[in-house]
Amino acid sequence: MANVSLTNLHKSFDRTEAVCGINLEIADNEFVVLVGPSGCGKSTTLRMIAGLEEITEGDIRIGGGLVNDVPPKDRNIAMVFQNYALYPHMTVFQNMSFGLRLRKYPKDEIQRLVGDAAEVLGITELLQRRPKQLSGGQRQRVAMGRAIVRNPQVFLFDEPLSNLDAKLRGQMRIEIKRVHQHLKTTTVYVTHDQVEAMTLADRVVVMNNGLIEQVGTPSELYHQPKTHFVAGFIGSPAMNFLNCKLFKDSGSLAVSVGDILKLQMPADRNTRYEPYLGRDLVLGIRPEHVHEKRAGNEVQTEVKVNFIEPLGMETMVYFTVNGVELCGRVSPEADPRPGQTAVLSFDAGKSHLIDPETNQVL
Amino acid sequence: MTNVTRNNGALSALLGSKSNIHVNRRWALFASYACLIVFVIFFLCPPFYMLVTSLKTNAEIANLATNPWLIEQGVTTEHYSHLLTETAFLTYFKNTVIVAFFVVAITMVVSVLAAYALSRLGFWGSGVMATGVFLVYLVPDSLLFIPLFNIVGGLGLLNSYWVLVLVYPTLTVPFCTWIMIGYFASIPKELDEAALIDGANHMQMLLKVFIPVALPGLIAATIFAFTVSWASFLYPLAYIYSDNQMVLTVGTVTTLIKGDVFHWGGLMAGALLAAAPPVILYAFLMDYYIAGLTSGATKG
Repeated sequence: MANVSLTNLHKSFDRTEAVCGINLEIADNEFVVLVGPSGCGKSTTLRMIAGLEEITEGDIRIGGGLVNDVPPKDRNIAMVFQNYALYPHMTVFQNMSFGLRLRKYPKDEIQRLVGDAAEVLGITELLQRRPKQLSGGQRQRVAMGRAIVRNPQVFLFDEPLSNLDAKLRGQMRIEIKRVHQHLKTTTVYVTHDQVEAMTLADRVVVMNNGLIEQVGTPSELYHQPKTHFVAGFIGSPAMNFLNCKLFKDSGSLAVSVGDILKLQMPADRNTRYEPYLGRDLVLGIRPEHVHEKRAGNEVQTEVKVNFIEPLGMETMVYFTVNGVELCGRVSPEADPRPGQTAVLSFDAGKSHLIDPETNQVL
Repeated sequence: MTNVTRNNGALSALLGSKSNIHVNRRWALFASYACLIVFVIFFLCPPFYMLVTSLKTNAEIANLATNPWLIEQGVTTEHYSHLLTETAFLTYFKNTVIVAFFVVAITMVVSVLAAYALSRLGFWGSGVMATGVFLVYLVPDSLLFIPLFNIVGGLGLLNSYWVLVLVYPTLTVPFCTWIMIGYFASIPKELDEAALIDGANHMQMLLKVFIPVALPGLIAATIFAFTVSWASFLYPLAYIYSDNQMVLTVGTVTTLIKGDVFHWGGLMAGALLAAAPPVILYAFLMDYYIAGLTSGATKG
């Protein structure tokens, strides 16, 4: 086990900069997820940690040792790939033991290590099969088995669940979490799926355009996003954004969205928001904070429902405010109907204000 | 009631289109089989003619009044026994086997290493070189044999079958490298990355991962190299003169055509025996050959 440290890490492909100077400290035993849209540099970062991509600039340290010029095999890492990358001509046992055989482990030691890893993953009965005889989930387990059998310092996962169907993805997520809790190996996991990121990570690293937007626990990212991008990227359905103006309303601060909506901001934010008085800002509010009329002093407004998405335990309502389509989350009992009007409450206390010039959440 | 009628109409339309599909399929199959039968007859004519002629007596072969496709005056094996006992046919056979063995070995070693380097090491200019390798294959041997004559003459290798071991790879290596580049390119990049992380060096990766995974391509390339070295005519004709150094293709012809006298029975028997090894090889490895040549044509 080891910590991983990235210092001022850069990677350029010809003239395109894929990773533009990132700094990240990953603690021993920690499960860190790199998440972001396609092309944000998350896989490139992982591949640089693995040694599969050369570093253009910066340092990578694993367990305190500089590994910039250390080949992948000597970094004591293991990697699980999106398409499993199992050797098709080898049995599961041979796949899992390949690394051990190359390192000339004794035969009985190999038997024991592979047996233990297979037991952890529940694939003991598959050891004599070939990859083509396995289902997607079983193949991914074997790929994980090949990684854990060597007891590496760091596990690297490159979108390992992307090829699986939704149900299997859920099962494998639990499996990965269970394995991490069992082995406690430092793990760096790359995904574009924020649900994976939120459910698996001790800390999530949100990347965009080759830079880190924010590092934090899943809860921090969800409730206290630091940038416009993180606020919009984390959460499904995504946060609603509306152009608004900050003004003073009978002693306290409020935002107005055209003439349609006026939200009173909580008093404890006054000092934070005061410098932005009179400025055009962006109001961000999550769908679950726009809901049916409830008891309380939330701002209520009447909207015309465009369409709905009934999900069983809740119903997503889509409506337009000031030319922007927004999403709200109501209980099924509210029974909103497309084309009809509904009174919805905006929970201003849970909203965020974003400076459009810096894209920072205020 | 109206609904029932409409449903019945839809059902019969569906059944109608299904039966149309069946009829179309039957016609397509019929046309395919008809074409295949014509092709099979066309391509089996020469070997059948060879077999029939090789089993005829010289008198029957010379008699133009007889049907060339049938044996009317009795079967004989005299041409085979003459070929095997009174000519140097077995020497030619042995020489051809030696040449084929070494050419295949040299070709496979060189082309597998070259293909791996060109397809995976990603060094500067590797893409251009890969194209260059294929372009080299497009230069016909009828253009090469004169300059090559000078080279092998200078090396003192004329009139020895080892010259063939030296020059045949100029034909086989480019094509086999090209086949193997295509095959290696179809192996996912993650497989070598997984092997790298597992601790393999490039040679281990090639031997333990690439070659087993690319076995169909390897067999296709082997068959090609074998066929070229077994059946080539021009180079042995140009470079070899002695009976004890001859290979099958040229040896059989020079032995059995004396001036303007053609020993057709012996020629046909020799051609049949010479064709047997490649035919056997193809029969056993045809599936691999096709898989090797068509790899990468579709998404795996």
